[in-house]
Amino acid sequence: MTSTHQKFAYAPAPESRAIVDLAPSYGLFIDGEFTEAADGTVFKTVSPSTEEVLAEVARAGEADVDRAVKAAGRAFTKWSALPGAERGKYLFRIARILQERSRELAVLESLDNGKPIRETRDFDLPTVAAHFFYYAGWADKLDYAGYGPNPRPLGVAGQIIPWNFPLLMLAWKIAPALATGNTVVLKPAETTPLSALFFADVCRQAGLPRGVVNILTGYGDAGAALVAHEGVAKVAFTGSTAVGKAIARTVAGTRKKVTLELGGKAANIVFDDAPIDQAVEGIVNGIFFNQGHVCCAGSRLLVQESVQDEVLDALKRRMSTLRVGDPLDKNTDIGAINSPEQLARITALAEAGEAEGAERWAPACELPESGYWFAPTLFTGVTQAHRIAREEIFGPVLSVLTFRTPAEAVEKANNTPYGLSAGIWTEKGSRILSVASKLRAGVVWANTFNKFDPTSPFGGYKESGHGREGGRHGLEGYLSEAAGPTSAHDGHLQALPGGEREGERDR
Amino acid sequence: MSPVVPAHAPDAAGRLARLADVTASDSALRRFLHGLPGVDAVGLEARAAGLGTRSIKTTAKAYAIDLAISMIDLTTLEGADTPGKVRALCAKGVRPDPTDRTAPQVAAICVYPDMVAVAKDALGASGIHVASVATAFPAGRAALSVKLADTAEAVAAGADEIDMVIDRGAFLSGRYMEVFETIRAVKLACARPGGTSRAAGSGGGTAAHLKVIFENGELSTYDNIRRCSWLAMLAGADFIKTSTGKVAVNATPPNTLLMLEAVRDFRDAVGVQVGVKPAGGIRTTKDAVKYLVMVNETLGDDWLSPDWFRFGASSLLNDLLMQRQKLSTGRYSGPDYVTVD
Repeated sequence: MTSTHQKFAYAPAPESRAIVDLAPSYGLFIDGEFTEAADGTVFKTVSPSTEEVLAEVARAGEADVDRAVKAAGRAFTKWSALPGAERGKYLFRIARILQERSRELAVLESLDNGKPIRETRDFDLPTVAAHFFYYAGWADKLDYAGYGPNPRPLGVAGQIIPWNFPLLMLAWKIAPALATGNTVVLKPAETTPLSALFFADVCRQAGLPRGVVNILTGYGDAGAALVAHEGVAKVAFTGSTAVGKAIARTVAGTRKKVTLELGGKAANIVFDDAPIDQAVEGIVNGIFFNQGHVCCAGSRLLVQESVQDEVLDALKRRMSTLRVGDPLDKNTDIGAINSPEQLARITALAEAGEAEGAERWAPACELPESGYWFAPTLFTGVTQAHRIAREEIFGPVLSVLTFRTPAEAVEKANNTPYGLSAGIWTEKGSRILSVASKLRAGVVWANTFNKFDPTSPFGGYKESGHGREGGRHGLEGYLSEAAGPTSAHDGHLQALPGGEREGERDR
Repeated sequence: MSPVVPAHAPDAAGRLARLADVTASDSALRRFLHGLPGVDAVGLEARAAGLGTRSIKTTAKAYAIDLAISMIDLTTLEGADTPGKVRALCAKGVRPDPTDRTAPQVAAICVYPDMVAVAKDALGASGIHVASVATAFPAGRAALSVKLADTAEAVAAGADEIDMVIDRGAFLSGRYMEVFETIRAVKLACARPGGTSRAAGSGGGTAAHLKVIFENGELSTYDNIRRCSWLAMLAGADFIKTSTGKVAVNATPPNTLLMLEAVRDFRDAVGVQVGVKPAGGIRTTKDAVKYLVMVNETLGDDWLSPDWFRFGASSLLNDLLMQRQKLSTGRYSGPDYVTVD
């Protein structure tokens, strides 16, 4: 026995930030060059965990959007004419460079976003590289993707991504676009611009032809200009439902193709025969992964009444072991909230939960003094009528509802304007299949939650958006089926006199 | 049955009495064990792997190393064991690092029953326990009378702790009651007038501590391991232990995590605290620290002591000592700077 009975307290295990070489200021990445904004305006990006200013970044305006789209348009001619295998080589090269630089990028992402290093290191970066590897493999096999023989790229893709997984969302957007022969103008979120700029450097390192990828850092006005630009053939957006609706209005009536990946309010359904310990892990992973800044987060826990106490006791015990704090500490489970605006929104919704009568619980945890923080929070006694059961909170706040029968679980799970994801926990295989088939959600996880794979399509129902990203399905949004040889052949047949077809004449 | 009853659970006897219903018949026991929550293998393994990524450095590492040393059941279980070998091991257990007297001593020396007297004599008044693998270790394939005689002999020779193996054949063919009754019988055979026991709160020590070995590699499924954990605890095990160290799959982080969850749930349900001992294949400081992290985050402080958690190991100690030397000197030494016993 050790002489004095202390506690097993983990010493800080900080990842070094020296591996990231941050410049004081960054420009826009247009046509293979870093350049200032046309009107010279800049904005600052801060570290959410310390409020320290990390760098100054150029703020793109309408003129910059125009420059970038034109550069991408010029690059499109050559890029789309490359054989698929050649495009694949560039993508493989990017994937390998991302792997080589993964530690640097993980630290950078953690600094700029506030998410814990263990997530950027163990989840974000490996998944980012996996997406590029996956779509690199598709580049020379598009004829066999199920979108007709010789499907064609669309042109310039205008892509707008959110701040919750900056580099991963970039990968989801850029990898399929380049694999299919499109060129890209991408606007990262204003609070997390840095990893996209580092990715621009990765593109240069890979020798990617100029103009194929352009990065415009900026605010919503730049995004709006990008969506509206006549040179853009395809709009891909991930973010809030409100902005998604505005984009849909802008492109309505144009020939632009659109995919939208929007909000969610996923039901995580725990039946009484669930593997309880693993379900608790899944609930924690479902809502506290990435501080709950996940559009498919399992933010509504639907637990069968007969096991409610058991599950809640276990969940509270587990939540008490979550470590909140310095994102660069390798032992941190929950990092900082990305921005003061988001913190205010989470705070307001949590207060609404209390005001509407739900019972609030959070484990005792000390939050750092500077930066934006919110303790992992649980609401019990929540009903479908509460705001916290209906609105997306996008933070570490879990609402617990109960049900008595599978039918009631399905009814409550589907009773939402959203439909991005859902989870089912039961040891009974037939119940997984029957419930999953009734849930109106793009992804249904069984006995797990928040698992992602580049080969698996992702997207939503209803206000969670339309279109799919990832997998073979993710190619569809970047391809046109109006293919050359097939339509030419059809035209020839229609031109035959009397509408007769070759080969039918002698029958 | 005389379970270890911690002070915070005064009503444990009552709760245990209620649980006695589930051991009233073969079918009641089966219904109870099969009614335990299932184990999702993918989720369990992911959780164990996640806990393995904790980064334990500096002061936390120094604390963990000393704690791990103090939890070791330093073991020799070879057919070729001799009194000389056992005495050498005991000397090492008492003073693991001859160059640094601040290194803590181990928890116990674990030997075959015929070596108990030798170990007892060699350890003297050091306070280190003697643990003995009785009950036809490692196969457990012997008549109950033989197992009880094996146990009684080890206890009579002075063993403080008995590590018994269950009959995996009986468990796998569903003869749960047979396994249950064997454990109960061995537990009774552990009783000894005037012996010493670490049983916290048992007041005076009248029995050797009973560790029940499952041989998880042979139980094969996680559901079986959870059922076996409850079965052993209901029958009065003071500790549950992963394995003999004699088969291909011994202690693993997932199967140990599962047993930690079982003892936690058992204490919640009954108020009786049971210890856990992973054994076999834990050779490095890094591995040992991962197990301590698992205990820390699953059970907390209550189990972070040699009274409630042990490592069954023979080669782990030297790696812990080398890491300990590295922390105090700032340099790695090498295998010649720790003893080979």
